[in-house]
Amino acid sequence: MKNILKALILFLLIFSESYGDENLSNKILKNLRCLVCQGQTVHDSNSDFALTIKSVVKDKIKEGNNEREIYTFLSEKYGDWILLNPPLKKNSFLLWFLPYLLFVLGVIFLFFLIKKPKIRL
Amino acid sequence: MKKINYIIISVLFSLLFIVLYLSLGNEKIYNTQDLVGKKISEVEINLFQSNETFNTKELTNNEFTILNFWASWCGPCRKEHPNLVRLSKIKNLKLIGVNFKDEKDNARNFLRENGNPFDILAEDKNGKNSVNFGVYGIPETILIDSELKILKKYIGPLNIKDVNEIRKIVKK
Amino acid sequence: MLSKLGILFIIGTLFTSLSIIFLTFKELKVIDNLIPSKIYKFSLFQLFFSISSFFVLLLAYILSDFSLVNVYENSHSNKPLFYKISGTWGNHEGSLLLWINILVLFSSLFLFLTKNSDKSFKILTLLFQNLLIITFLIFLLTNSNPFSELFPVPLEGLGLNPILQDPALAIHPPLLYIGFVGSSIYFSAALAALISKIDSQSFAISIKSWVLVSWFFQTVGILVGSIWAYYELGWGGYWFWDPVENSSLMPWFVMTALLHSILVLERRIGLYSWVIVLSILTFTMSVTGTFLVRSGILNSVHTFASDPSRGLFILSFLVIMVFSSIFIFFKFSPKENKKYSVFSKEAFIIANNWFMIFFLGVVLIGTLYPVLLDTITGSKISVGPPYYNLILAPFLIPLLFLMTSGPNYKWISNEVRSLFNLVLVLSVTLFLITFFLIKEKNFLINLILFFSIYLITQTLFDFYESFKKKNINISRIISHLGFGLLIFFIYINHIFSVENNFNLKLGETKKTDYYTIKFVNLEEQSIKNYKSIIGYFNVSNKKNFTSKELRPEIRVYDKPFTITYEASINSNLFSDTYLTMSNISDTDVFNIKFQVKPFMNLIWLSVLLLSLGGVLNFFKRKKYEKN
Repeated sequence: MKNILKALILFLLIFSESYGDENLSNKILKNLRCLVCQGQTVHDSNSDFALTIKSVVKDKIKEGNNEREIYTFLSEKYGDWILLNPPLKKNSFLLWFLPYLLFVLGVIFLFFLIKKPKIRL
Repeated sequence: MKKINYIIISVLFSLLFIVLYLSLGNEKIYNTQDLVGKKISEVEINLFQSNETFNTKELTNNEFTILNFWASWCGPCRKEHPNLVRLSKIKNLKLIGVNFKDEKDNARNFLRENGNPFDILAEDKNGKNSVNFGVYGIPETILIDSELKILKKYIGPLNIKDVNEIRKIVKK
Repeated sequence: MLSKLGILFIIGTLFTSLSIIFLTFKELKVIDNLIPSKIYKFSLFQLFFSISSFFVLLLAYILSDFSLVNVYENSHSNKPLFYKISGTWGNHEGSLLLWINILVLFSSLFLFLTKNSDKSFKILTLLFQNLLIITFLIFLLTNSNPFSELFPVPLEGLGLNPILQDPALAIHPPLLYIGFVGSSIYFSAALAALISKIDSQSFAISIKSWVLVSWFFQTVGILVGSIWAYYELGWGGYWFWDPVENSSLMPWFVMTALLHSILVLERRIGLYSWVIVLSILTFTMSVTGTFLVRSGILNSVHTFASDPSRGLFILSFLVIMVFSSIFIFFKFSPKENKKYSVFSKEAFIIANNWFMIFFLGVVLIGTLYPVLLDTITGSKISVGPPYYNLILAPFLIPLLFLMTSGPNYKWISNEVRSLFNLVLVLSVTLFLITFFLIKEKNFLINLILFFSIYLITQTLFDFYESFKKKNINISRIISHLGFGLLIFFIYINHIFSVENNFNLKLGETKKTDYYTIKFVNLEEQSIKNYKSIIGYFNVSNKKNFTSKELRPEIRVYDKPFTITYEASINSNLFSDTYLTMSNISDTDVFNIKFQVKPFMNLIWLSVLLLSLGGVLNFFKRKKYEKN
């Protein structure tokens, strides 16, 4: 009982501390690769290129573009490589499809390994 | 396990290893060569001297156009500049120079010292407009035809080989 | 001089390894049960030579002996001693020498400590292990020699990247190497077990300690790497699904699956083929990881300076290793035709194995796909965190559920247990409380939160029950509890992390929803090998009126010229306040990134708890044996 109370208080504390506010700009910038950096997102980089892109994305949001439109715009200019979330296209079809295929194959394989259960009443 | 399974597994591994072996020769540093063949967008570019703009749509009037992104503070731009001067002599090739994130005075001095090869001089003070052309560093040069299709993209300074290549393409 | 001494010791290691291979091969034909003392002696000599060569390199770094190319390229006399030492393994050649040392160490330890009495099994393991050692020695001598000399001797070194000068990063490689390089021993043992046809149960018992040790170090190694990334890299994250990070995670999945499978095999006959395959697969993934990191085919923050010739050597070795293993498995395959009942413990462990292999597959696909696509079609795409999060997150739900309900089933039984019990009711209640407090709208995240709460509650109950019955078998409970807590805290952290990005000048104040940040002071300092600009900030929390001082730094190193941004982190158990600053060039304006990250320390502690279960199991086993 005491533990549950302690947990409750804990949660109340967190709630009063701060609440996450992932706005759209941050969300998009975290999905973009900084082309001149080694393995950093545009969001995390302070390079010249990153700062320019940050500015461009903010402008586009103000102009009313949605997330998908911004990704499409940037991938048209810089190639799909700038998008950290690979878009579903012909060349990424396998990428998205293979994991699920793998899982299904595994379940089938396991099915042959496991006997059917006897139902005990 | 049946024999066939072993063969399938061995074949799959062999394929994987062959591709990994071939990958060792891959170009590591990313470039935007993927975009060759696409059209550039129709955007407004700010002119350097005045407050006016011009639309890239107007470039369809040219047989071939080169868009060169440069700045006075950029060393390699200085190195490639003589090659741009050479290219400016080609009759059916127009040169557009986009001064990228630069101070106007410094840019003017640069051109005065090294020569102005550009038919149109434009500027992109905050670098945002260049995003429309997929530019991510300078110098960068884009060769387009009269349909605004990208024929060649040169990332980094132009060298003599590139100049000759452009000459060949433009002469056709 | 040190160079020649080092090479001498390497040759000594090579010679003793060759001798061991020769002796063990000869000994295979001798039908008695005694391993000749010659083999033991050579093993000791091999260990001596190997460790000595490592110490020679270490000494060269401590003394800043720049006549060695390796020391020249990676060190500098101004480096603090601790980082001179850790610089020894912070580069390709030095880390390769560490690889060899661990291979040799595990070889000797196996020979001396294994209680298994089957002679052919032991010497075959030694044989295979030494084949691995020889391969790496040849690689070192022909391609990546840390002792190669430089003439004329330069006066000063090129220095080490300042980002690598960090205590966490210094111990990160040795920890990981004991993990995935250590897995070599049960790779060799698996091949040996197939050929010597030893009893499957005794095989499981023989390798269990090794699997536990390597799993523990791999877990802690990954943890330390994440902690380093969090503190050093300044973005406030701890896992990026970067190819190099993935390379350390993939062997971990296999080790975890193997660990669970051994639990089955050591008590009852079953899962023998699984155990063999997983043992082989772990080290295979380790070598694959090394290939990916050192060949240069991947783009990453972490890569060593890459060289395709290294890649070719490692790839060739990988090819030989994989096809030899397939061949040996084919020729000596264990005859097993078991079927397992659905509701038995074996079935649950097989299910766990399946999840681990699945996760391995997803990470492997995500890591390799861009490379393969580029090679085959020339088009370049990126696979980043969104991919992994999207695909893996949903599968956490069935995994958590199986972890909760699985252990309560008996071996080989067939009853469907009742799901409705106190634990479930309590979990639902706790979850509802959580939900009303957090108000998270995402359905998937809520499910994950619920199932992690369910796992946590169940394991706490199990702990209580064990305590009542004075049952000492709590290793599983502790590890599963750790995992449940880890998932829970990861998601809470994700939901409640706050970030603000703004520009500030000295003296100015920024107000966000819950915080006030004041730029109070700016200082410049000159330290041993860098200059630093320190910003002092007062961060006050509007809700509970607490105030913290944070001091992010901008450091300018001179050899090599690098600018780093050091985050200032104020940590307590429940929340971290995180601040980085960078200067906007030619102005007196600083760009400030302010973050609040809840539960970071609890995330680290959960991983430690997870690994603690492994430690407990290791020592429990020893007690069991003594009886």
